Amino acid sequence: MACFLVPMGEAIVTTVVQKVVENKEKKVGGKETTKTRLSWSRKLSWLNKLLWGGTILLAFEHIWHGEIVPWPPFLTAMENPADVAPMLHEVATIGVGMAIFVTIVWGIIVMIAELKAKAMPEAKVEPVVGGE
Amino acid sequence: MWLIMTALAAVITTVIWYVKAPEDKYKLGLLSFIFWGATLMWVIDHVMAYLVEGGEFFEINLDATLLGISVIIIGLFVWMIVLLVSDPKGVLKRVLKG
Repeated sequence: MACFLVPMGEAIVTTVVQKVVENKEKKVGGKETTKTRLSWSRKLSWLNKLLWGGTILLAFEHIWHGEIVPWPPFLTAMENPADVAPMLHEVATIGVGMAIFVTIVWGIIVMIAELKAKAMPEAKVEPVVGGE
Repeated sequence: MWLIMTALAAVITTVIWYVKAPEDKYKLGLLSFIFWGATLMWVIDHVMAYLVEGGEFFEINLDATLLGISVIIIGLFVWMIVLLVSDPKGVLKRVLKG
């Protein structure tokens, strides 16, 4: 019904955090904020891509199933008061579950990338995941 | 069905990204993140729906297949927009300059 709103909310927050961290890293003069060459802004960009990518495709799926419409209140569940409670329940269960699961997977990716980067000689460190 | 198709798209793009890595001029890393993000979210959606409502785990019918194809097209479309805006080859710059 509206489960993707939770990952979307998280994506908005992490995008802002990434921009702040990126600016801080630039002020420091491009120095890495961690023990390895992987900066936090780069790691956060992976999470943002996962969250925004998932949010966009899930939003499309909701449009496909007629759960989102281009006119207010945009969510069809909001048109009927009886559907509001199940919608909020879905947001609280599936939506939160999605956000947590994506964040856990991102954490695992970061952990593996850190371990790989640490294992490499400093001069030979290459990007492990994603671009930029 | 759209979960299976998106997961397949995620695996394929990740393999292509890995073959081309560490170079990522065409932002294949972004494309695989888009598909993986949706795959992970739909895994939770399907598992929760299966546990709560029961029924079939995968919805396999024409509508679900068309949705799967459309989802992949949307993912590719988003990636294409990002690619054109960032213009890593500078093609648009050269075209616009004449």
